[in-house]
Amino acid sequence: MQIPAPFDYVRATTVDNALELLARYGPESRVVAGGHSLLPMMKLRLSRPEWLIDINDLYELDFILRDGNKLRVGAMTRHTTLLESDEVAALFPIVRDAELVIADPVVRNRGTIGGSLCQADPAEDLSTVCDVLAAEAVIRGPRGERILSMSEFHRGPYETAVGQDELLCELRFGIRPRSGSAYEKVERRVGDWAVGAAGAAVTLAADGTVDDAAVGLTALGLDHPLAEAAAVLRGRRPDEELFARAGTLAAAACDPVADQRGPVDYKRHLADELTKRALRRACDRAAQMQEG
Amino acid sequence: MTVIHDRPSNPAAGDEDRPIGYGRIQRKEDPRFVRGQGHYLDDIVLPGMLHGAILRAPVAHARLVSIDTTNALAHPKVVAVITGKDLLGLKLAWAPTLSADVQAVLVTDKVRFQGQEVAFVVAEDRYAARDALELIDVEYDVLPPLVDARKALDPDAPVIRDEIEGRTDNRIFDWEIGDKAETDAVFASADVVVSQEVVYPRVHPAPMETCGAVADFDAVNGRLTLYETTQAPHVHRTLFAIVAGIPEHKIRIVSPDIGGGFGNKVGIYPGYILAVVGSIVSGRPVKWVEDRSENLMSTSFARDYIMQGEIAATKEGKILALRTHVLADHGAFNATAQPTKNPAGFFSIFTGSYDLLAAHCSVTGVYTNKAPGGVAYACSFRVTEAVYLVERMVDVLARKLNMDPAELRLKNFIKPEQFPYANKTGWVYDSGNYEAAMRLSMQLAGYEDLRREQAEKRERGELMGIGVSFFTEVVGAGPRKHFDIVGLGMADGAELRVHPTGKAVVRISVQSQGQGHETTFAQIVAEELGIPPEDIEVVHGDTDQTPFGLGTYGSRSTPVSGGAVALVARKVREKAKLIAGAMLETRPEDLEWEKGRWFVKGDPSVGKTIAEIAMGAHGTVALPEGVDGNLDAEVTYDPPNLTFPFGAYICVVDVDPGTGQVKVRRFIAVDDCGTRINPMIIEGQVHGGLTDGVGMALMEIIEFDEAGNCLAGSFMDYLIPTAMEVPDWETGFTVTPSPHHPIGAKGIGESATVGSPPAIVNAIVDALAPFGVTHVDMPCTPARVWAAMQGRARPPI
Ligand SMILES: Cc1cc2nc3c(=O)[nH]c(=O)nc-3n(C[C@H](O)[C@H](O)[C@H](O)COP(=O)(O)OP(=O)(O)OC[C@H]3O[C@@H](n4cnc5c(N)ncnc54)[C@H](O)[C@@H]3O)c2cc1C
Repeated sequence: MQIPAPFDYVRATTVDNALELLARYGPESRVVAGGHSLLPMMKLRLSRPEWLIDINDLYELDFILRDGNKLRVGAMTRHTTLLESDEVAALFPIVRDAELVIADPVVRNRGTIGGSLCQADPAEDLSTVCDVLAAEAVIRGPRGERILSMSEFHRGPYETAVGQDELLCELRFGIRPRSGSAYEKVERRVGDWAVGAAGAAVTLAADGTVDDAAVGLTALGLDHPLAEAAAVLRGRRPDEELFARAGTLAAAACDPVADQRGPVDYKRHLADELTKRALRRACDRAAQMQEG
Repeated sequence: MTVIHDRPSNPAAGDEDRPIGYGRIQRKEDPRFVRGQGHYLDDIVLPGMLHGAILRAPVAHARLVSIDTTNALAHPKVVAVITGKDLLGLKLAWAPTLSADVQAVLVTDKVRFQGQEVAFVVAEDRYAARDALELIDVEYDVLPPLVDARKALDPDAPVIRDEIEGRTDNRIFDWEIGDKAETDAVFASADVVVSQEVVYPRVHPAPMETCGAVADFDAVNGRLTLYETTQAPHVHRTLFAIVAGIPEHKIRIVSPDIGGGFGNKVGIYPGYILAVVGSIVSGRPVKWVEDRSENLMSTSFARDYIMQGEIAATKEGKILALRTHVLADHGAFNATAQPTKNPAGFFSIFTGSYDLLAAHCSVTGVYTNKAPGGVAYACSFRVTEAVYLVERMVDVLARKLNMDPAELRLKNFIKPEQFPYANKTGWVYDSGNYEAAMRLSMQLAGYEDLRREQAEKRERGELMGIGVSFFTEVVGAGPRKHFDIVGLGMADGAELRVHPTGKAVVRISVQSQGQGHETTFAQIVAEELGIPPEDIEVVHGDTDQTPFGLGTYGSRSTPVSGGAVALVARKVREKAKLIAGAMLETRPEDLEWEKGRWFVKGDPSVGKTIAEIAMGAHGTVALPEGVDGNLDAEVTYDPPNLTFPFGAYICVVDVDPGTGQVKVRRFIAVDDCGTRINPMIIEGQVHGGLTDGVGMALMEIIEFDEAGNCLAGSFMDYLIPTAMEVPDWETGFTVTPSPHHPIGAKGIGESATVGSPPAIVNAIVDALAPFGVTHVDMPCTPARVWAAMQGRARPPI
């Protein structure tokens, strides 16, 4: 049994209560959502909060809700809920693609989208998903609510714009017609973090050319969506040559590090290969949506 | 994919519906496991029990400058802190290993691997014990580590075992076997010679239950009761008597339900000894259970062999000879569990299943700054490495000769009429019919169709591979004159008592870690005595309740203990005959046996069942001269030879050309373990071993960085396979009984672990043939497979 350092524990009842508790216990306190990132680090004593504020009773943050041309997803929505939602799969197929390869059912039953984004592990799959879908993050704190774009939200590995006394409450995704998205991941084994992954979201114009596109990479040393890829794709009709160009750009732009999952040359190759695959599928799906 | 149920008829397998003896009956132990009523080490709670925790070295190689335990001792819940210095006083700082070396129980002079034991805290609860570790202040003087075995013998390599007088390098041993001159001569005149470096990286048994102990020393009576996760309780009792100086009759070792062993629980770890010291020092029971990281980083690893293989053949594909040199990384202490008189265990069976003119192997063992061990991990003492080498080499040869790998094997098998077969390195294989197993495997696989499918796919640029492996296992050590563990000959005892009402208890010396002994051994007695298996209780795991014997590892339970159980039941049967004679007032010679009953020849209506005889034995019947009033017996079985199970495996993989990801699509395993006792248990053992093989072939490795940090300290880093990585196993069997085993059984525990990795790797290499790839070392991760496709394959170590 792995034993964390001593800590105190309190259960928050509402978002307001959680914010109060964060203010009361200060910098040495941490909220715990699904606990699937925080608890392993505590057991290894790599993380040693003095107070754990449990937000699992915050049912007000566990929702998936269509609101006009936005899909609103509460921060406490579990991976499993996202995976099983047909509405999410229809609007943003990339979410189901990614959720299918995030960890295993045990982790997915507890882990949350909010926890995933706040953990900001470079291998976190949902960060890339939110990036390419241009999600907005709704954050609440003692100074009220603020809404950030993903580029404002991310601050690098294990760092986000969410302050110590704040909570991520919601993610908002813009719904667009004629769009498709996809996620492609290589892992050494089911339940392992990505060796590398790529996500793509594409919106087609009425004439079938690309109206807008985003490509993002996971665990490959690229924090933000690949701007060059979007520029190359826009206004063009999707075809293999175009995908190949985007793949080449992704490989050039990424900056992976060698580790047990693989050396740099392989990971760079994955950036290329998986970008092609993700774009191909995203475009197919967008085209289908156009027909349908 | 469906499992093949259509098996050829086979008398030795028994009638599956037969109520007595062999057959597919459900496991007697499962009701308690499926209800969560198993009793594992960590379930043990004794009155007043304390908890221990081990402080481990953060670096791989360092001189110990000082340890300050003041702050830890000041913790209100800490009872004792034990350091190497304390153990020196008790002469317990160093303990003998299973390979005639010594291992530090706690560091006294120098840290030799990351995770090595430095101090032991005993506290009121496990949380306090863990917290107090952080209060111990240790100063280290860090030394350059030796991580790469290939550099271990360089003149400037740091000397790891400088505490051994006169030691100036890291060489543990040089050992060779086979006729070198003869082998070299065959190689010199052969048409074709191919060579290949084949690496079997360091892997870990990784049982789901980690290791632990609860020590309870009773100072008044001088009695030690030690609950341990051990596969060999009797050996441990003797070793504790020798090492700790506690008289052996005052020691009781109890091995409760064990959550997997795979060789990881054969040796005695420092934690076990520390729990005993903790109990002696505190006067209270002490529990110590390691966590997952401790298990992966400090307990017995397996393999770590770098093998240079060479194979010689005629151009028609007749294999003539094999030779190899091995560099064996044994870690910081030579603690390999192996029962032979040589340091490479059973590796000399690398001649495999083929009839050769000559063979030679040499092995150099070295120390490195890594965890010690080198266990029997489902490898029957390094048969796994041997089979992997020969089966890879045969495939390399097949490619060179442009021959089908199955055909090449069929051409070179030892023939049925050649058994007993003496190979070139001193083994005498008991029995075999290799061609039959190979052909059955090919038939179940649809081998020809698979090759056709592969050819079509290659046309389309798809990468499909078909891998073949054929293995001969060597299991069931003794005989005792050739095999021992620290001087204890490899034989096993069994005691059988038939109670007056005809229910029986059989006590055995081997300890189950999941193999189903409580069922299998009851079935053997049932078959011999005609008592239903449910009326036979199997007792094991407690040295106070069982006869002496060497334990369960190296697939030896059925070959050795199973033989003991069959013989003890026959002894009871013979005794029953004498008593039946007295009861029926006939001469024993006039009696005949049918299952469960002695009857008068020529008059089957007159007879006595075992239950009637048992009641008679304990009753008032006048017993014949020299027969005492019970129906009990005991034996110690010293097997005349090892047994040699074998099998033919075929694996089908698909490789993603863009990412290098491997999918094991099909796996066909034909096993021959001689007489089959419980087919369901056999299949379970095979399924487990095949899964293990997928793990080793595709993902498992204990890696170290240059500083000597172990990179596999959790299940996020040390990957083991899940249900998602394995196909539906397709199993089949042939039956070639062992001629010398009392019931003809050979053992099955490790066959699949031994035989499957080469089938999988051969399939991957076959899939990559269009890229000119002739070899890929394990683990075949996507990155390593892709590198091979680029012509940039590198060994993992
Ligand atoms: C075995 C295993 C395999 C995994 N594999 C993958 C994988 O392949 N891909 C992948 O993407 N992930 C993987 N994960 C991570 C998994 O997705 C986690 O669930 C996720 O990273 C964290 O979510 P959580 O709800 O468990 O967060 P927690 O562990 O509870 O919290 C993580 C961090 O976020 C903070 N936090 C949580 N919620 C909020 C909030 N609403 N506002 C502010 N701060 C908050 C916490 O204080 C903490 O610092 C794996 C995890 C495990 C254990």
